[in-house]
Amino acid sequence: MESIPIEHGLILAGILFALGLVGVLTRRNIVFVLMSLEIMINASGLAFIVAASRWEHADGQIMFLMILTLAAAEVAVGLGLIIQMYRRYHTVDINVLSQMKG
Amino acid sequence: MILLFYIAGAVAVISTVAVILQTNIVHALIYLILSLLAVAVCFYVLGAPFAAVLEAIVYAGAIMVLFLFVIMMLNMGQHSIDQERSWMGPKVWIVPSILASVLLAQLLTVITQYDHELALTTVDVMEVSALLFGPYVLAVELASLLLLAGLVAAYHLAKK
Repeated sequence: MESIPIEHGLILAGILFALGLVGVLTRRNIVFVLMSLEIMINASGLAFIVAASRWEHADGQIMFLMILTLAAAEVAVGLGLIIQMYRRYHTVDINVLSQMKG
Repeated sequence: MILLFYIAGAVAVISTVAVILQTNIVHALIYLILSLLAVAVCFYVLGAPFAAVLEAIVYAGAIMVLFLFVIMMLNMGQHSIDQERSWMGPKVWIVPSILASVLLAQLLTVITQYDHELALTTVDVMEVSALLFGPYVLAVELASLLLLAGLVAAYHLAKK
Protein backbone atom coordinates (compact mmCIF):
# COMPACT_ATOMS: atom_id res chain seq x y z
CA MET A 1 0.00 0.00 0.00
CA GLU A 2 1.65 3.19 -1.22
CA SER A 3 0.34 5.90 1.05
CA ILE A 4 1.42 8.27 3.80
CA PRO A 5 -1.03 9.65 6.39
CA ILE A 6 -1.62 13.37 5.80
CA GLU A 7 -0.70 14.13 9.43
CA HIS A 8 2.88 13.01 8.89
CA GLY A 9 3.45 15.52 6.10
CA LEU A 10 1.83 18.31 8.11
CA ILE A 11 3.77 17.33 11.25
CA LEU A 12 7.04 17.59 9.29
CA ALA A 13 6.01 21.05 8.07
CA GLY A 14 5.06 22.05 11.64
CA ILE A 15 8.38 20.86 13.09
CA LEU A 16 10.37 22.72 10.44
CA PHE A 17 8.30 25.86 11.05
CA ALA A 18 8.85 25.67 14.83
CA LEU A 19 12.61 25.19 14.34
CA GLY A 20 12.68 28.27 12.12
CA LEU A 21 10.75 30.19 14.78
CA VAL A 22 13.28 29.20 17.46
CA GLY A 23 16.05 30.37 15.13
CA VAL A 24 14.38 33.76 14.57
CA LEU A 25 13.83 34.24 18.31
CA THR A 26 17.29 33.23 19.52
CA ARG A 27 19.89 34.31 16.98
CA ARG A 28 21.40 37.80 17.09
CA ASN A 29 23.24 37.64 13.78
CA ILE A 30 20.86 39.12 11.18
CA VAL A 31 22.03 36.72 8.45
CA PHE A 32 20.97 33.78 10.67
CA VAL A 33 17.61 35.47 11.28
CA LEU A 34 17.06 35.75 7.52
CA MET A 35 18.05 32.08 7.08
CA SER A 36 15.55 31.05 9.78
CA LEU A 37 12.86 33.05 7.98
CA GLU A 38 13.69 31.07 4.84
CA ILE A 39 13.20 27.85 6.81
CA MET A 40 9.76 29.06 7.95
CA ILE A 41 8.68 30.07 4.42
CA ASN A 42 9.90 26.73 3.11
CA ALA A 43 7.91 24.89 5.79
CA SER A 44 4.71 26.68 4.77
CA GLY A 45 5.45 25.72 1.15
CA LEU A 46 5.77 22.09 2.28
CA ALA A 47 2.34 22.33 3.91
CA PHE A 48 0.88 23.55 0.60
CA ILE A 49 2.49 20.66 -1.30
CA VAL A 50 1.06 18.19 1.24
CA ALA A 51 -2.39 19.74 0.72
CA ALA A 52 -1.93 19.51 -3.06
CA SER A 53 -1.11 15.84 -2.64
CA ARG A 54 -4.20 15.32 -0.49
CA TRP A 55 -6.57 16.80 -3.09
CA GLU A 56 -4.56 15.36 -6.01
CA HIS A 57 -4.77 18.74 -7.69
CA ALA A 58 -2.22 21.28 -8.96
CA ASP A 59 -3.56 24.31 -7.05
CA GLY A 60 -1.28 23.70 -4.07
CA GLN A 61 1.77 23.52 -6.33
CA ILE A 62 0.83 26.89 -7.87
CA MET A 63 0.61 28.36 -4.38
CA PHE A 64 4.08 26.91 -3.75
CA LEU A 65 5.35 28.70 -6.87
CA MET A 66 3.95 31.96 -5.51
CA ILE A 67 5.67 31.32 -2.16
CA LEU A 68 8.93 30.64 -4.03
CA THR A 69 8.61 33.99 -5.84
CA LEU A 70 7.88 35.74 -2.56
CA ALA A 71 10.91 34.11 -0.91
CA ALA A 72 13.19 35.16 -3.76
CA ALA A 73 12.01 38.79 -3.63
CA GLU A 74 12.20 38.81 0.18
CA VAL A 75 15.76 37.47 0.21
CA ALA A 76 16.91 40.01 -2.39
CA VAL A 77 15.51 42.93 -0.38
CA GLY A 78 16.65 41.45 2.97
CA LEU A 79 20.21 40.90 1.80
CA GLY A 80 20.30 44.45 0.38
CA LEU A 81 19.23 45.73 3.80
CA ILE A 82 21.93 43.59 5.49
CA ILE A 83 24.63 45.05 3.21
CA GLN A 84 23.38 48.57 3.96
CA MET A 85 23.35 47.83 7.71
CA TYR A 86 26.88 46.42 7.61
CA ARG A 87 28.06 49.55 5.78
CA ARG A 88 26.58 51.88 8.40
CA TYR A 89 27.25 50.03 11.66
CA HIS A 90 30.06 47.58 10.70
CA THR A 91 28.30 44.75 12.52
CA VAL A 92 25.58 42.15 11.90
CA ASP A 93 24.26 42.32 15.48
CA ILE A 94 20.53 43.17 15.36
CA ASN A 95 20.71 44.77 18.81
CA VAL A 96 22.41 47.88 17.39
CA LEU A 97 19.25 48.55 15.39
CA SER A 98 17.20 48.97 18.55
CA GLN A 99 18.64 52.45 19.09
CA MET A 100 16.74 54.61 16.64
CA LYS A 101 17.77 58.11 15.81
CA GLY A 102 14.91 60.44 14.99
CA MET B 1 8.81 5.31 -1.78
CA ILE B 2 7.20 5.75 1.63
CA LEU B 3 10.48 5.02 3.40
CA LEU B 4 12.10 7.69 1.21
CA PHE B 5 9.71 10.30 2.62
CA TYR B 6 10.50 9.48 6.24
CA ILE B 7 14.27 9.32 5.70
CA ALA B 8 14.25 12.64 3.82
CA GLY B 9 12.06 14.17 6.53
CA ALA B 10 14.49 13.04 9.24
CA VAL B 11 17.42 14.48 7.27
CA ALA B 12 15.53 17.77 6.85
CA VAL B 13 14.76 18.07 10.57
CA ILE B 14 18.29 17.14 11.69
CA SER B 15 19.99 19.52 9.26
CA THR B 16 17.59 22.33 10.21
CA VAL B 17 18.51 21.81 13.88
CA ALA B 18 22.15 22.00 12.78
CA VAL B 19 21.42 25.31 10.99
CA ILE B 20 20.02 26.99 14.08
CA LEU B 21 22.75 25.62 16.39
CA GLN B 22 25.71 26.33 14.09
CA THR B 23 28.16 29.14 14.89
CA ASN B 24 30.07 29.10 11.60
CA ILE B 25 27.82 30.85 9.09
CA VAL B 26 29.13 29.06 6.00
CA HIS B 27 28.58 25.65 7.64
CA ALA B 28 25.06 26.75 8.57
CA LEU B 29 24.41 27.67 4.94
CA ILE B 30 25.61 24.25 3.73
CA TYR B 31 23.31 22.57 6.26
CA LEU B 32 20.45 24.75 5.02
CA ILE B 33 21.10 23.61 1.44
CA LEU B 34 21.04 19.99 2.68
CA SER B 35 17.73 20.64 4.44
CA LEU B 36 16.20 22.20 1.30
CA LEU B 37 17.35 19.28 -0.85
CA ALA B 38 15.78 16.84 1.63
CA VAL B 39 12.51 18.79 1.44
CA ALA B 40 12.79 18.57 -2.37
CA VAL B 41 12.93 14.76 -2.03
CA CYS B 42 9.78 14.95 0.13
CA PHE B 43 8.07 16.96 -2.63
CA TYR B 44 9.01 14.33 -5.18
CA VAL B 45 7.60 11.52 -3.05
CA LEU B 46 4.41 13.52 -2.43
CA GLY B 47 3.79 13.59 -6.19
CA ALA B 48 5.01 17.09 -7.06
CA PRO B 49 8.10 16.58 -9.26
CA PHE B 50 7.91 20.10 -10.73
CA ALA B 51 7.92 21.68 -7.27
CA ALA B 52 10.83 19.41 -6.30
CA VAL B 53 12.88 20.55 -9.29
CA LEU B 54 12.09 24.20 -8.58
CA GLU B 55 13.00 23.75 -4.92
CA ALA B 56 16.41 22.38 -5.94
CA ILE B 57 17.06 25.00 -8.65
CA VAL B 58 15.59 28.18 -7.15
CA TYR B 59 15.94 27.60 -3.38
CA ALA B 60 19.03 25.41 -3.04
CA GLY B 61 20.59 26.96 -6.13
CA ALA B 62 19.81 30.62 -6.66
CA ILE B 63 18.72 31.88 -3.23
CA MET B 64 21.52 30.09 -1.37
CA VAL B 65 24.12 31.42 -3.84
CA LEU B 66 22.76 34.90 -3.10
CA PHE B 67 23.33 34.24 0.62
CA LEU B 68 26.84 32.96 -0.10
CA PHE B 69 27.71 36.11 -2.07
CA VAL B 70 26.54 38.35 0.76
CA ILE B 71 28.46 36.30 3.36
CA MET B 72 31.57 36.65 1.19
CA MET B 73 30.99 40.41 0.87
CA LEU B 74 30.59 40.82 4.64
CA ASN B 75 33.82 38.82 5.03
CA MET B 76 33.22 37.54 8.55
CA GLY B 77 36.08 35.35 9.75
CA GLN B 78 37.10 33.71 13.01
CA HIS B 79 36.09 36.87 14.88
CA SER B 80 32.42 36.37 14.03
CA ILE B 81 32.50 32.70 15.07
CA ASP B 82 33.81 33.69 18.52
CA GLN B 83 31.19 36.42 18.72
CA GLU B 84 28.42 33.94 17.80
CA ARG B 85 29.67 31.55 20.46
CA SER B 86 29.53 34.28 23.09
CA TRP B 87 25.94 35.10 22.05
CA MET B 88 24.78 31.51 22.29
CA GLY B 89 24.58 30.83 26.02
CA PRO B 90 22.07 28.22 27.23
CA LYS B 91 20.07 31.06 28.84
CA VAL B 92 19.22 32.47 25.42
CA TRP B 93 17.64 29.21 24.29
CA ILE B 94 15.34 28.30 27.16
CA VAL B 95 12.40 30.69 26.82
CA PRO B 96 12.14 30.72 22.98
CA SER B 97 12.41 26.92 22.86
CA ILE B 98 9.67 26.48 25.46
CA LEU B 99 7.37 28.97 23.72
CA ALA B 100 7.95 27.46 20.29
CA SER B 101 7.40 23.92 21.59
CA VAL B 102 4.12 24.98 23.23
CA LEU B 103 2.95 26.37 19.90
CA LEU B 104 4.18 23.25 18.10
CA ALA B 105 2.31 21.01 20.57
CA GLN B 106 -0.90 22.95 19.97
CA LEU B 107 -0.41 22.72 16.20
CA LEU B 108 0.23 18.97 16.40
CA THR B 109 -2.90 18.42 18.53
CA VAL B 110 -4.99 20.10 15.84
CA ILE B 111 -3.23 18.36 12.95
CA THR B 112 -3.57 14.84 14.37
CA GLN B 113 -7.36 15.15 14.36
CA TYR B 114 -7.34 14.84 10.57
CA ASP B 115 -7.29 11.33 9.27
CA HIS B 116 -6.65 10.92 5.58
CA GLU B 117 -4.22 8.89 3.52
CA LEU B 118 -2.22 10.65 0.81
CA ALA B 119 -2.57 8.69 -2.43
CA LEU B 120 0.80 9.91 -3.81
CA THR B 121 -0.43 10.32 -7.37
CA THR B 122 1.90 12.42 -9.48
CA VAL B 123 0.60 15.81 -10.60
CA ASP B 124 3.00 16.62 -13.41
CA VAL B 125 4.21 19.81 -15.12
CA MET B 126 1.46 19.71 -17.76
CA GLU B 127 -1.37 20.13 -15.25
CA VAL B 128 0.48 22.80 -13.26
CA SER B 129 1.31 24.90 -16.30
CA ALA B 130 -2.21 24.55 -17.75
CA LEU B 131 -3.54 26.10 -14.53
CA LEU B 132 -0.68 28.61 -14.33
CA PHE B 133 -1.42 30.07 -17.76
CA GLY B 134 -5.17 29.59 -17.49
CA PRO B 135 -7.07 30.73 -14.40
CA TYR B 136 -3.95 31.90 -12.53
CA VAL B 137 -2.42 34.10 -15.24
CA LEU B 138 -3.11 37.25 -13.19
CA ALA B 139 -1.17 35.75 -10.25
CA VAL B 140 1.78 35.11 -12.60
CA GLU B 141 1.71 38.74 -13.71
CA LEU B 142 1.56 39.91 -10.10
CA ALA B 143 4.52 37.64 -9.27
CA SER B 144 6.51 39.26 -12.09
CA LEU B 145 5.65 42.70 -10.68
CA LEU B 146 6.77 41.55 -7.22
CA LEU B 147 10.07 40.31 -8.62
CA LEU B 148 10.59 43.59 -10.49
CA ALA B 149 9.95 45.54 -7.29
CA GLY B 150 12.37 43.24 -5.44
CA LEU B 151 15.01 43.81 -8.12
CA VAL B 152 14.68 47.60 -7.97
CA ALA B 153 14.70 47.60 -4.16
CA ALA B 154 17.74 45.31 -3.95
CA TYR B 155 19.64 47.47 -6.45
CA HIS B 156 18.76 50.65 -4.60
CA LEU B 157 19.59 49.26 -1.14
CA ALA B 158 22.89 47.63 -2.07
CA LYS B 159 24.12 50.71 -3.96
CA LYS B 160 26.72 52.87 -2.23
